[in-house]
Amino acid sequence: MEGFATAAALLAVAVLAIVLISVARKGFPALNLDLFTQNAAPFGQSGGGIENAIIGTVIIVLIAAAISLPVGVLLAIFNTEFAPQRLAEAIRLTLNVLAGVPTIVIGVFIFSLIVVGRGQSGIAGALGLSIIMLPLIARATEEVLLLVPSTLREGSMALGASRTRTVLTVILPTAVGGIVTATIVAVARAAGETAPLLFTCSIFVATAVTTDPRQAMATLPIVIFSSSESPDPHAQQVAWAAALVLIAVVLIGSIVGRLLSAKTRRQIERAR
Amino acid sequence: MLVLALVMVLLVWNVVDQARPSISEFGVGFLTGTEWNAVTDKFGALDLICGTLATSLIALLIAVPIAIAIALFLTELAPAVLRTPVGMLVELLAAIPSVVLGLWGIVVMGPFLNDHVEPWMISHLGFIPFLDGYPSPVGLLPACLILTIMIVPIVASISRELLSSVPSDLKAGAMALGATRWEMVRRVALPQVGAGLVAGTMLGFARAVGEAIAVTQVIGGSLVRPQNLYAPADTMAGRLAAQYSGAATALQKASLAYLAVILLVISLITNLIANLIVRRMRRRLGTP
Repeated sequence: MEGFATAAALLAVAVLAIVLISVARKGFPALNLDLFTQNAAPFGQSGGGIENAIIGTVIIVLIAAAISLPVGVLLAIFNTEFAPQRLAEAIRLTLNVLAGVPTIVIGVFIFSLIVVGRGQSGIAGALGLSIIMLPLIARATEEVLLLVPSTLREGSMALGASRTRTVLTVILPTAVGGIVTATIVAVARAAGETAPLLFTCSIFVATAVTTDPRQAMATLPIVIFSSSESPDPHAQQVAWAAALVLIAVVLIGSIVGRLLSAKTRRQIERAR
Repeated sequence: MLVLALVMVLLVWNVVDQARPSISEFGVGFLTGTEWNAVTDKFGALDLICGTLATSLIALLIAVPIAIAIALFLTELAPAVLRTPVGMLVELLAAIPSVVLGLWGIVVMGPFLNDHVEPWMISHLGFIPFLDGYPSPVGLLPACLILTIMIVPIVASISRELLSSVPSDLKAGAMALGATRWEMVRRVALPQVGAGLVAGTMLGFARAVGEAIAVTQVIGGSLVRPQNLYAPADTMAGRLAAQYSGAATALQKASLAYLAVILLVISLITNLIANLIVRRMRRRLGTP
């Protein structure tokens, strides 16, 4: 039994290593300056890069974060500071259930909500991603808010500050590190999502950089998805290079987020 | 708070509304229909439901023992210095974007299975029905394995959290009575969190059922029912990803939305129950 448990842990780490190594081995040779400074080649031609996909991913994820960060943080504050116990439990449960909705279904939802009649756009894609980010940001923020020692809260109230003032001047500043890390983790997760973009932001002009989010924009996940089954060897190379870039962003985001969150936790605990 | 409620209600209402033409045309018979034909405009989801259940359940069958073993390793066996890094590596497995995992599945894992694993399975296990057939680089088996990779970290992290909150006096008590570590785990620690492990498994199941991108990349998108474990097949989520943008008829679009409704119902119910169980467990074990 103990052997099996150790073997299982080794297996999981080995699978991670195998996937990362194959992405690195196939992705690195394809990395070059052209890849980052060129757009996809015109249809039917070989060659081209992922400049527009990188820019598109950055813009879409930033918009998504701009939508879900305020909503998520407000939800968390409402939950920990203002909501009655039962309501807070219900909200928590709803957030968990929302986090479990298949991402492809979110794509179907945004498609008929926004894309029908208006066409695909970066904003539609961003809205889809923001629904994925919302529960991540809200839950992680709530966890940090709960860590804020109640002595700080009571001290502020005892000095005559209102609840709102306490939240704004005492609690949020204490928890800001945790909110930042929650956002980093959520951004990393959203940057890698394909399904919500598939119906909402996948028909784009592949050969040009688009910075207008009212148009459909190229994104890294969609580029990987559409070239992954392509018979063209160059498209395959581009897919691997894009995968390497994406996985690097996602993993660095997750690792940095995790390390920072451990640090914030320690800091808040020391304040107790 | 209102935004959250609005999103939730709109989401469910909107997807059901899209599916309405198909629901009124096929009704419950959609679940048992086997035809999926845009030319005759007849749609039934039975093959896809079977595909979804087969891939998810096989993936669970492989993933759950591994995940619980990892959780035990991290809570009971691993030296303290290894716990955090190994735990983090396992969770990073969940951070790999599914499209990258799918790409790896098509280009690296699929051909490897086709050349090495499947021929071996066919010649050694071929006497078992469903395990006989011809190797194929895309099909059920790669889809199951990709899903396994995705759900191991989910089940492992919940199991680990629950196992590590089993009161240490219970564990120490068992050991003091002369139990070996394995007896302590089996008789004391695991029963304490049994329901929680079930909940973790349910969350893993929900994740596997809803995964569209990586599955559609590796499963082969077949329109016919697979005759064996190696043949191309399709799942509800996979079909949705492959056909929703390019649906030929309004009824096909509605039928695909009907699939989304089924996925939504499965995920809502599973997540709701699993979360309620986990919440009760946490309360009993005295962690927030």
